[in-house]
Amino acid sequence: MRYLFTISVAALALTFNCQAAEVPPGTKLHATQHIVIGNGAEPATLDPGRVQGRPESNLTVELFEGLVSQDANGKVIGGVAEKWESKEGGKVWLFTLRKNAKWSDGSPVTAGDFEYGFKRMVDPKFASDYSWYLGKASNVINGTAIVEGKKPPSELGVKALNDTTLQFTLEKPVAYLVSTLIHGSLMPIPRKVVEKFGDKWTDPANIVGNGPFKLSERVVNERIVMVRNPHYWNNAKTVIEQLTVLPINNQSAEYQRYRANAIDVTADGGVPSEQVAQIRKEVPNELTLWPQLGTYYYTFNVKVKPFDDVRVRRALSLAINRDVITQQILSTGETSAYSMTPGIADGYKAIRHDWEAQTQAQRDLEAKKLLADAGYGPGKPLKFPLLYNTNEQHKKIALAVASMWKRVGPVEVELVNQEWKTFLDTRNRGDYAVTRGAWIADYNEASTMIDLFHSKHGSNDGKYNNPAYDEVIDKAKITLDPAERMKLYQDAERILAQDFPAAFMYHYSNRRMIKPWVKGYGKNPQGRIQARDLYIIAH
Amino acid sequence: MLRFILRRIFLEAIPTLLVLVTVTFFLIRLAPGGPFSSEMNVPPEVKAAIEAKYRMDQSLSMQYLSYLADLAQGDLGPSFKYKDFTVNELVNKAVPVSFKLGIVAFIIALIFGVGAGVAAALKQNSWIDYSVMGVAMVGVVLPNFVLAPMLALVFAVWLKVLPAGGWEGGQFTFMILPVAVLCKHYISVIARITRGSMIEVLGSPFIRTARAKGLPMHYILRRHALKPALLPVVSYLGPAFVGIITGSVVVETFFGIPGIGQLFINGALNRDYSMVLGLTILIGTLMITFNAIVDILYGFIDPRIRIK
Repeated sequence: MRYLFTISVAALALTFNCQAAEVPPGTKLHATQHIVIGNGAEPATLDPGRVQGRPESNLTVELFEGLVSQDANGKVIGGVAEKWESKEGGKVWLFTLRKNAKWSDGSPVTAGDFEYGFKRMVDPKFASDYSWYLGKASNVINGTAIVEGKKPPSELGVKALNDTTLQFTLEKPVAYLVSTLIHGSLMPIPRKVVEKFGDKWTDPANIVGNGPFKLSERVVNERIVMVRNPHYWNNAKTVIEQLTVLPINNQSAEYQRYRANAIDVTADGGVPSEQVAQIRKEVPNELTLWPQLGTYYYTFNVKVKPFDDVRVRRALSLAINRDVITQQILSTGETSAYSMTPGIADGYKAIRHDWEAQTQAQRDLEAKKLLADAGYGPGKPLKFPLLYNTNEQHKKIALAVASMWKRVGPVEVELVNQEWKTFLDTRNRGDYAVTRGAWIADYNEASTMIDLFHSKHGSNDGKYNNPAYDEVIDKAKITLDPAERMKLYQDAERILAQDFPAAFMYHYSNRRMIKPWVKGYGKNPQGRIQARDLYIIAH
Repeated sequence: MLRFILRRIFLEAIPTLLVLVTVTFFLIRLAPGGPFSSEMNVPPEVKAAIEAKYRMDQSLSMQYLSYLADLAQGDLGPSFKYKDFTVNELVNKAVPVSFKLGIVAFIIALIFGVGAGVAAALKQNSWIDYSVMGVAMVGVVLPNFVLAPMLALVFAVWLKVLPAGGWEGGQFTFMILPVAVLCKHYISVIARITRGSMIEVLGSPFIRTARAKGLPMHYILRRHALKPALLPVVSYLGPAFVGIITGSVVVETFFGIPGIGQLFINGALNRDYSMVLGLTILIGTLMITFNAIVDILYGFIDPRIRIK
């Protein structure tokens, strides 16, 4: 109980953190506070319930505000919820909403708007890509059963007790519930507007949001323009008047427009890799890099020979010289990875495996021995295809890794690249030996990363299945004490470091080009930059 | 004339389109990976619900028939990727953009292409001819994905006189670079075709007769030479016009222009079946229409092939 008390107190304390642009006194602001930010792709929708990934959630967090939000550095802070507390040993959570939260039409945001939005999202008929999230990530009661069609959406464990109190009932106690609620799909939904306009409710003429900005114009494949929402409860602290988001998926085109001063902040990852050297020379201070909660790895298909043999998996993993990849091939802030979970995950401390402390020469030596033990040697080469999606960077890495493998034995790799959707199809069918994989966190807690290798995880592509591992993960998820939970996550990482279902290679970095006059952004490990935190200084 | 049009529509256009729709419908479904495959595997129940929503739970033949039924009413269906829009809405917004860009580029290409071609033909083997043909050769060879960033670098980044991208409803300054890139190829091709056929026409007996009669050269050109010399150009113009107005994937993607080209490429990459089908039908229809227009134009230019 002691730690539960701490959680609630911490939560209360968090709400006093900054939640808007904090302009230091004496700063001279630019006359027009218009900002243009790249988005990487055209969002599939502006309906929070239908969010598919980053291109959509980048926008839903500007147009809407969830129960909780993130400050510029990614710390969870109150959003519409002012405070929260847990009861019954972490199984029931009560969120108190601020009374001054308003929709952009001036009407109040109520707990019922959240209840409606969440129940709409889990309804299988609504067919949301993230319908599983409340059940699987947040562990809300009946969340999964509803998605599977076994219960009606009305049975979801989210209930508005009154206009300002929202109650969550969970399947099992989850200490990090609040962290999961920052997701871009978990927004209140204006029921009246949705019922009046149906699928057309997200049109600029119809949409009603509760975020710091409201939609004013949308041209598919060109731009999305938002202006500040005067009804936003914290509008007084917003500095940016107009936010334009450009869906440019060609990085060099985006960079060209950035250089022409038509873009202030490029999309996340919006640093064309082939121009990095030139950027470092010309505008080194604008190249903004910080660690990201994400990992790049090669998955071994443990169902096929010879990757059912842990010696082969271990040998191939050891033989990869991560530092060459991060420092020579990528060199944009990535860090070498030996585990799935990045050390920057909230409340997590990465462990160092024995082999991590060795030099590459020592690892290579062991890899050689392992391959020989597994029966590979002169006359019996280890031959397999390496699958990746078509991309110059992936190709460079694959070539480098293939040559590293060649050094430790008769390893003959055939590089197979496929266009994205084809690649996904091949990988989902399990029609590969070794494949490129990557995972980016949905929320800032280790479970979002490490859960991937759980036998029941939908994206466990390598079909790795270790009951001992599942047990540790299942236990960790319901462990309320943060220190104990972290130890369990570390145990899980130790199991991965014995079984090698994948060779982790590097932890991603957030990469953006940011003009020197843009201020107020932080280092959110999930890469989110929200315009309500930004301001433009005189230039 | 009416008989010609009716024959064109019922005996040629509709059957051709039907074949086109059928082939595209099945071909895109043969491509590996579907519109809803993503890195994050959704639970099977949700996948089933998504598929039911887009009628993908039905048999392929049923899907095909219901698509044709909707198509007959002009309904291209919901976009599989852009959930907030139907294909009709997206295409209706993109068509005027690509048309505006395309028509401007087409007119410029036509004027400069024919002009340069005629000039080169008149001064055959002179420095004018060589420079026109040299530039035209570069124009054909230089790919748009090289020219577009080059022009943006010079005019937007270095000189800062033009925007590096965007459309802004088709404002003049936003059109200059995309139009320049888009018409480059067509100017070159038209100039080459015009030059070739003009040289041939100028060498033919009826032009020699006209010159022998002492007619001034500009009169001969206008009155006798231009029309027959343009015949091969006209036959090229039909498909070229469709190509230019239905958008260039490269130009639209690089300059961020919200036209058909971007819809098409994203549609194909996202496996947005209804979008790809809708645009294929649109482009197919335009192709058939403009080929018919070219056939009619032929008759005006050359009475020998006038339609009966």
